[in-house]
Amino acid sequence: MHKRRLVLLAVLAVFSVAAFLTLGLRGNLAFVLQIRAVKLLALVQVAVSVALSTVLFQTVTANRILTPSIMGLDALYLFGQALLVFLLGGLGYAAIGGGWKFAAEVLIMIALAAVLLRPLLTARLDMSLLLLTGVTIGLLFRSLSQLLFRLLDPNAFAVVQAASFANFNALRADLTIIGSVVTFAAASLCWHQRYRLDVVALGREAAIGLGIDWLRTAALLLLIVALLVAVSTALVGPVAFFGLLVAALAERILGTRRHAVLLPAAALVAIILLVGGQAIFQHLLGSTSTLGVVIEFAGGIAFLLLLYLGSRT
Amino acid sequence: MTEPMPEPVPERMRAEWRKRITLPRVAAAAALVVLVCFSLLIGADTLSPTQLASDPEALELLLTSRLPRTLAALLTGSALAIAGLIMQALVRNRFVEPSTAGTAQSAALGILLMTLVFPAASLGVKMIGATALALLGTSIFMATADRLPVTQPHLVPLFGLVYGGVIGAIVTFVGWQTDLLQFIDIWTNGEFSGVVRGRYEFLWGAGIMVVLSWWIADRLTVLSLGREASIGLGLDYAWTLRLGLLVVSVIAALTVSIVGIIPFVGLVVPNIVSRVIGDNLRASIPWTALSGALLVLGCDIVGRLIRYPYEIPVATVMGVVGALLFLKLMRLRPAHA
Amino acid sequence: MILIEDLSLAHGGTPILRDINLTIDRGGIVALVGPNGAGKSSLLSLIARLRPLQTGRVVIDGLPVTTTPGPELARRMAILRQDGVFAGRLTVRELVGLGRFPHSQGRSTPQDRARVEEALAQFGVADLAERFLETLSGGQRQRALVAMTFCQGTDYLLLDEPLNNLDMFHARHLMQSLRRMADEEERTAIIVLHDINQAAAYADRIIAMRDGRVVADGTPQDVLTPDTLAEIFGYRMQVTQIGGKPLVLHHL
Repeated sequence: MHKRRLVLLAVLAVFSVAAFLTLGLRGNLAFVLQIRAVKLLALVQVAVSVALSTVLFQTVTANRILTPSIMGLDALYLFGQALLVFLLGGLGYAAIGGGWKFAAEVLIMIALAAVLLRPLLTARLDMSLLLLTGVTIGLLFRSLSQLLFRLLDPNAFAVVQAASFANFNALRADLTIIGSVVTFAAASLCWHQRYRLDVVALGREAAIGLGIDWLRTAALLLLIVALLVAVSTALVGPVAFFGLLVAALAERILGTRRHAVLLPAAALVAIILLVGGQAIFQHLLGSTSTLGVVIEFAGGIAFLLLLYLGSRT
Repeated sequence: MTEPMPEPVPERMRAEWRKRITLPRVAAAAALVVLVCFSLLIGADTLSPTQLASDPEALELLLTSRLPRTLAALLTGSALAIAGLIMQALVRNRFVEPSTAGTAQSAALGILLMTLVFPAASLGVKMIGATALALLGTSIFMATADRLPVTQPHLVPLFGLVYGGVIGAIVTFVGWQTDLLQFIDIWTNGEFSGVVRGRYEFLWGAGIMVVLSWWIADRLTVLSLGREASIGLGLDYAWTLRLGLLVVSVIAALTVSIVGIIPFVGLVVPNIVSRVIGDNLRASIPWTALSGALLVLGCDIVGRLIRYPYEIPVATVMGVVGALLFLKLMRLRPAHA
Repeated sequence: MILIEDLSLAHGGTPILRDINLTIDRGGIVALVGPNGAGKSSLLSLIARLRPLQTGRVVIDGLPVTTTPGPELARRMAILRQDGVFAGRLTVRELVGLGRFPHSQGRSTPQDRARVEEALAQFGVADLAERFLETLSGGQRQRALVAMTFCQGTDYLLLDEPLNNLDMFHARHLMQSLRRMADEEERTAIIVLHDINQAAAYADRIIAMRDGRVVADGTPQDVLTPDTLAEIFGYRMQVTQIGGKPLVLHHL
C-alpha cells in the first residue's frame, strides 16, 4: 500500500515539475527554460531540505508539533546573517563570496542553537512550555535582526521587509551549488540511517535501551537539521509552517512514521506543494509572491488543528 | 457585628506596604517626570530648557510634535498593559495579551478592510470597523481557548500566537493584492515618529478605557475567579465578559490604527505587577497602567537615542526587551500557576 | 424555603438527575449523600443556577432562580464548589472580602470589613490574611474558601464536599460552625458529604441519592439503617449508636 501511494506522490511530483517548466511558456524557449531549470533546482532543494529537517527534528524531539522554524531556528539563521552584515558593513558583506558567507552564517546559527536547544537533548520539559519558549526565542531574534539592520542603515526598510517573508521568486542563485551539496549529503545520510531513525523516534530512554549513543546521534541529527534550515532560509527566507504542513500531510497520506517511507514521502509532498504551487501561482495566475503567504496561512491552520486535536485526546 | 475586629500585628505589614509606604510611589512619580522631560527634549532636534523660553519655534515643535508624541506613548503604554491585564482575567491565563491572541491582528485586518471598502470614511468610522473585527477575532480565540485543557496553560498563548500569525498572514495577503503594504507596515509595526497633534487625540479614548477598567476593577477581579464563582457571587458573568472584551477590542483598534502593534507590553507588565501587588485589580490597575506607560515611553526614548539622529521603531525595541522579559517570566513561574 | 420541582437533567443523552422533588425549609443542616456519580453535585449546581435548568423549577424564598437577578440571589444563597476557584495571586483577605461583593459591589463599607475580619478569625485564617492563595496548602486554601462563602452572609449555604483537604480538627470545626449557624441564626446549609458519620453527627436531615434519584430522605435515625444504606451504597454495613447518634461502620 505504501509503495502505491509513494508512486502516486512521485507521479504528482513529476507532473508538478513538468507544469512548472512548461506552463505559460513564451518568448525564447531555450532561454526561459534554462532560467526555469535553475529556479526549479533551487525550489526542489528548498522543498527537500524543509521536509527532511522537519521530519528529523520531530524524530529527535519525539513530537509532531515541533518544527525547526517553530522553535526559531530560521530566525537564528537570519540573525546570523544580520550580525554578519552588521560586523562587516554592507560593502564588506557584499565583497565576500557566497560560500564563505553561508559558512559564517551557519556557524553563528549553530553556536546559538547549541546554547538554546540544549534543553531539548538533556531534559524532559513540559512540551507546551518548550514550544512557547521556542516561539518567543524566534520573535526575539527576529526583532534583534531588525534592530541590527536598522542600526546599520536606518533607512534600509526594504532589507527588513524582504527578510521577514518567504519569497519563492527571488532566489539567491549564488548558493545553488553549496545548497545542492548540503541537501544531497543530508538526504543520503538520512536514507542510509533510515532504520536507526526509527529507533531514535522512540525517544531518549527507549533509544538508549536499544543501544543508540543518544547524545552523539541527537547532536549529529540536530546539526544536520541546522544545516538544512540554513539552506532553505538562505534560499527563500523563513517558511514558518511549511515544514509542519508537509510532515503532517505525509504522515496522514502514508499512515506511518517509518522513515524509509516517511522521508521520501515528505520530500515528495514538499516538492508537489512548492513546485506545483509556484507553477500555478506564478505561471498560471501571474502572481509572483503570494505562494509564501498562502503556505504560511495553510500551515498555520494545520498547526492550530494539530494543537487543538492533539490536546483533546 | 459593627465593631471592627482588631488586627493581629504581623499581617499588617503587606497592607502597610500597599497603603502607606510611599517610596515606590515617589520612585514611580520621579521616573515618570524624568522620562517625560527626556521625551520632550530629545529628538532629531534636541531642545534645551533655555531654548524653550526664548525660541518660539522650539516651543511650537514641543507643542505640535514632542508633547503629542509623549502623551501618545504614555496613553498607549498604559492602555496596552491594561488590555493585557483584562485579557488575562477573561481567559484566566497569564500568558495572553491582545497581540498574542489575534486581537491586534484582527484590528489591523478591520482597518485594512474599512480602508478598502470605504476609502473616504473618516478615521473614527474606520476604527469602529477595526473594533468590530477585533471583537470577532478575540471571541473566536476565547471560544477556542476555552476548550483547550486547563492542565496545559502554555497551549493557550501558543495557540494565540499562531492564530494571530494566521490573521496577520491574511492581512499581508490582502495588502499585497491591493498594494497597501506600506499602510500595513504602519499598522503592524508600532512607532511613534508619525504621531503629531491632530492625529494622536484618538488615543485619549484608550485612556478612557483605562479609567473604565479601574471603575469595573472589582467585577473583573470576581470574573477572574471563574464562571461558577462569579455566578455564585451574583456577578452578571456574560455581561462583564462582553464588557471586558469590548474594552480590550477598543484599545486594540485605537492603538493599532494610530501607533501600530507593539508586542509584549500587555504580557510582561501585568505579570511583573502581579508578582509585587497581586491579582486584586482594584490595587493593581493603577500600577499596571503606570508601569506600562513608563515601559513604552522608555523604549521609545531608547529607540530615539540608540541610532541618533535616526529612529528605531518602538515595536522593534519592545520586541527585544519584551521577549527577554517574557522568557525570564516563563522560567520563573511554575507551569501549573 | 427552597422548592425544587420536577427537576431533571441529561447530559449528551445520559440522564443525570431524574424527576427530583424536594422542599428544604429554612434553618438546619441538610446532608446530601450517595455514591460517586449519584448527581449530588449536579443538583447543587442547578439550585445555585451555575447550570441552566433543562426541566422543572427551583425557587428560593419565592424567587425562581431562572428569572431573579444574580445579585439578589447572591445575597440569599452562597455556593462553594469543589474546584470552582482559580487560586491566583489574591491574598486571603482579598478573597474573603470578595464574599461581600453581592452586598457592596466592591466598594466595601466598614461593616463589610468587620464581617471579613470575623470570617477570617472564625476559620482560623486570620494569621494567613496577607498571604497569597497560591502559597497556601490545600487545606488552608479550602478554609479560606469556606470563610469567603460564610462571609457572603446568606441564609442558604450550598457546600460541595467542603471537608475536602481538611484535617480532623478543621473538619469538626467547620461542622460545628455550621451547626451553630443553623441553631442560633436559623440559617440553612445544604452540604454534600462523603463521610456519612459527619452527616450522622451534625445533619438534621439526610437526602440520599443514587443514579440521579432521591432514594431516601429523613432524619439520620431514619436513613442510616443497614437496609437503607445497602440500597444507597450497594453493600451492607453495621450501624451502632453512640451518644444517641448513629455511627456507621462503613469501612468494615
